[in-house]
Amino acid sequence: MSTRLSKGGRLIDRSASQEFSFNGKKLRGLKGDSLAAALLANDQMLLGRSFKYHRPRGIVAAGPEEPNAIVGLGRDGRFEPNQRVTTTELFDGLEAASQNHWPSLEFDVGVINNSLARFLPGGFYYKTFMWPRAAWKHLFEPIIRRSAGLGKAPTARDADRYEHTYSFCDVLILGGGIAGLQAALVAGASGARVMLLEQAAHWGGRAPVDGDVIEGAPADVWINNAVQTLAALENVTMKLRTMGAGVYDHGYVLAEEKVADTTPGDGRPKKRLWRIRAKQIVTATGAIERPLSFAGNDIPGVMLAGSVREYVVNYAVSPGDRTVVVTNNDDAYRTAIALVQAGLSVPCIIDARSTVTGDLPAKARAMGIRVEAGKAIAKVKGGKRVTGVSLCAQAGQGAVLEEISCDAVAMSGGWSPVVHLWSHCGGKLIWDKTHAHFRPDAARPPTGADGLAMVVPVGNANGMMTAADALVCGAKGGAAAAQAAGFSAEAKAAVADAAPEADMEAVWIMPQGAGDALKAKMWLDYQNDVKVSDVQLAAREGYTSVEHTKRYTTLGMATDQGKLSNINGLAVLADALHEEIPQVGTTTFRPPYAPVTLGALAGESRGDIFQPLRKTPMHAWHEKNHAYFEPVGLWRRPYTFPRPGENHEQAVHREVINTRTNLGLLDASTLGKIVVKGPDAGRFLDMLYTGVMSTLPVGKCRYGLMCNEQGFLSDDGVVARIDEDTWLCHTTSGGADRIHAWMEDWLQCEWWDWQVYTANVTEQLAQVAVVGPNARKVLEKLGGMDVSKETLPFMQWADGTLGGFPARVYRISFSGELSYEVAVPASMGLAFWEALHAAGAEFGAMPYGTEALHIMRAEKGFIMIGDETDGTIIPQDLNLGWAISKKKADYLGKRGQERNYLASPDRWKLAGFETLDGSVIQDGAYIPSAGKNANGQGNTQGRVTSTYHSPTLKKGIAMGLIKGGLDRIGDVVEFTTITGGTVKAKVVDPVFYDKDGEKNNV
Amino acid sequence: MLILECPYCGVKAEETELTPGYEAHLKRFGPGASDEEFEAYMFARKNPKGVHFERWRHVYGCGKWFLAARDTNTLEVFGTYPAQSSAPPAALQDKIKAKRPDWKGYK
Repeated sequence: MSTRLSKGGRLIDRSASQEFSFNGKKLRGLKGDSLAAALLANDQMLLGRSFKYHRPRGIVAAGPEEPNAIVGLGRDGRFEPNQRVTTTELFDGLEAASQNHWPSLEFDVGVINNSLARFLPGGFYYKTFMWPRAAWKHLFEPIIRRSAGLGKAPTARDADRYEHTYSFCDVLILGGGIAGLQAALVAGASGARVMLLEQAAHWGGRAPVDGDVIEGAPADVWINNAVQTLAALENVTMKLRTMGAGVYDHGYVLAEEKVADTTPGDGRPKKRLWRIRAKQIVTATGAIERPLSFAGNDIPGVMLAGSVREYVVNYAVSPGDRTVVVTNNDDAYRTAIALVQAGLSVPCIIDARSTVTGDLPAKARAMGIRVEAGKAIAKVKGGKRVTGVSLCAQAGQGAVLEEISCDAVAMSGGWSPVVHLWSHCGGKLIWDKTHAHFRPDAARPPTGADGLAMVVPVGNANGMMTAADALVCGAKGGAAAAQAAGFSAEAKAAVADAAPEADMEAVWIMPQGAGDALKAKMWLDYQNDVKVSDVQLAAREGYTSVEHTKRYTTLGMATDQGKLSNINGLAVLADALHEEIPQVGTTTFRPPYAPVTLGALAGESRGDIFQPLRKTPMHAWHEKNHAYFEPVGLWRRPYTFPRPGENHEQAVHREVINTRTNLGLLDASTLGKIVVKGPDAGRFLDMLYTGVMSTLPVGKCRYGLMCNEQGFLSDDGVVARIDEDTWLCHTTSGGADRIHAWMEDWLQCEWWDWQVYTANVTEQLAQVAVVGPNARKVLEKLGGMDVSKETLPFMQWADGTLGGFPARVYRISFSGELSYEVAVPASMGLAFWEALHAAGAEFGAMPYGTEALHIMRAEKGFIMIGDETDGTIIPQDLNLGWAISKKKADYLGKRGQERNYLASPDRWKLAGFETLDGSVIQDGAYIPSAGKNANGQGNTQGRVTSTYHSPTLKKGIAMGLIKGGLDRIGDVVEFTTITGGTVKAKVVDPVFYDKDGEKNNV
Repeated sequence: MLILECPYCGVKAEETELTPGYEAHLKRFGPGASDEEFEAYMFARKNPKGVHFERWRHVYGCGKWFLAARDTNTLEVFGTYPAQSSAPPAALQDKIKAKRPDWKGYK
């Protein structure tokens, strides 16, 4: 069993007991514990189930590489799935629950998959997706969905807040082990602005656990001194619990700081996302130990040797009373020694190397520990917990020599540098044969804006595997980074006692000649259940690329992202392909290094401040008058103003009828308004619009269309000539910023010698559409301007004063009614709007919203950008040829429109539609035609673009595109319905209402 | 996230301050151009692993468009210059040539 030892534990406070729960069971741990340590202290080794076979899973590691011990933390608004117990700090009141089991952790029905393992090999998902389809849908999926799945997504809104913070520095050091501290000391002494980030809750990394001696004293002494020295330096910022998540272009680094994880609800942000720009980055990210591939290496109680040592030294927790150590290197002997020194039993060290001669093995032997050289584990025995191992020769096929009983196995297959952050932005790797690992290739670093190296790897992360080498490397790296950032630094390193280690021996399969039965029990990816046999099968099936094998077998796709076992997997793949490991290569390292919570990435951008909200000057009035809003770009516009007892449809219909019979008022302030001014403004607008704007007389308005260079319609609106060299261009509400940017693009990048200025004045002006038979009456009642038919005819504008408000009045109409659009300064918008309502009361004034606007424009056959257009429609498709100048030599989109397929008579063109039964054609409906296309799909000859019930005409009306366009008038066609049926409709003129424009001609 | 220096206001702008405008030094082909010319102008874009010229707008800054020469592979920035340039400045071209002897020119 795993238990708390009576002595030791460098990180725990035995006087501070903390209560927590696991699956509802109350347990106690100590201050300073990781959740993993606290669980082990309570003999809670079994923590979850694997993804595919639901095999029991226990703690394997002690850091972010942990693939198994994943739990849900907290509850309700503070529930977090998929948290690693190894990186979770214990606190009083912590609640954890295991996941991926059904119905219970101890008894899991999904384990049935285990006996079906033969039928669930590598590539299982692909194979069953392919065949037989029915089996997937009716057999596999229901079982898998029911019993598998990792953590459940939280359903409650996150109760915590998160924040982003920005920082800049000369040298950013990621990792606060001895190499990182040494680099910080050197860079800090140079005067460079240094940031030092450590993902764990304490400084110094593994050195104290390994028993390293620095400057003649235990590593802890040097670490404490270093931390104090650094803390006293004003130019050094140190952050614990802050993980460097990703290295990006030009020295940009994201890091996640745990701020209030252990004090939920204390008012501070739960996490803080650091967005750092560094001149130079030092990666001191350490190394991760590799498992060995022997049969049963996934049984709870089989752990990494370095992690076993860490639990003993840091937390005084023993994973087992009798621990067998299995290794291919000297480092694991430290674990055996630490266990024996803690009073625990190590029945045997099984070393795959045929000769074992190093200092550490000698020390172990001197302590009386049995060392078996050239041996291997044939098989681990046990179900939910290790009960023993079978010893065999590494060279053979696994013939059992001896059974050794134990309750834990500490394995070490060697160490792999954490090269992730080096690799994120292009750093390349080389294969180090001595240590059988990939390490950074200094000759091919990630480069910055100046084309020079921007990342310096140090310590274990650079393949310097002893404390002495790591310190020298840290000092050199810190100096190099400071120098590259423009400071002069001296690479003075602390001296560590060198404990010479004998060479390790690469062991990828144990025993070497293991047969299929054993290989099918050798786990590579513990969470996703990928075994040696799966990777070998993938190789046999032709998956020769490591990236393909990863996706086919799901190796390295679990939450640890291959940190634990990717090297083992690709070594097995290389062997199966008869290639060298460097030729097979690694999969791509992508940020984040370890999971970053989505809340931290979102930061403050949620709820009301997720994005900016644009409000017109009349917005508060709309709210007070119960407007139902719809988003238009970042604006909120009233869709309708429902009255008590009305649904939205009834309200919209009332607004239409009232506007057509009395007086409607529309807040049109969102309409884009761009001033274009200068000696070349007319020439410029002639290029921008399909029509001619340069000839527009001062005081007049003209409707214009803008196309992109492909010729497709992009925006429309009314242009007014203000004076000799000034035009005001109205754009769609959503298009103002885009069109303004479009204008600037052409002016700055193509016609930069043209003298034109543009200004987007959309928010400077409030605009109100005063619409309906009584429109003139209300303006005359306000008084101050002559708005008669004679003085202000259709498509003209005038400046003046209305009811005391300085106003520009445009006589334009998007409804077909007598209509004025009145612009006043934004600051007076609300007052003017209220004045119009007050004066208009006797004329039946009512506000109307965007839906009434849409219906009225459709009744008149006016197009709407985004309804009739979708980025593939040219003006000619919409019968708008009249708005295209035939005389102009050039305009944006003219050449595009000359392409033969756009001139084809087969293009669908705009027409109106009325159903025979008066019903409304459904949105998105198509007009089918006979036959099938090359893909076996039914042919079509058109589709609806706008469709409404017209309250004016009391029937359904629609606009749409149909092959033949207006030539088809009189034809009866069928539109599809969502339920699979059809509805008959007659092709008609798209102007449904007041074809001769009598209503406006008053 | 790149940092590019705006040649107008001198701000070393982070990518979040900028809006991309893709390939620089395109020649516009309008009416009268052949189908091939128009196709090349509209659709044929370089996608080099190496030296590339791009348009960027300092949209959350001074609002000006500028051009940048950079290596898409190493992320090295050779220089930025005003959009009102029909070719990269000679000094910049020399600098690139010195650093990338195999470079074939901006066209």
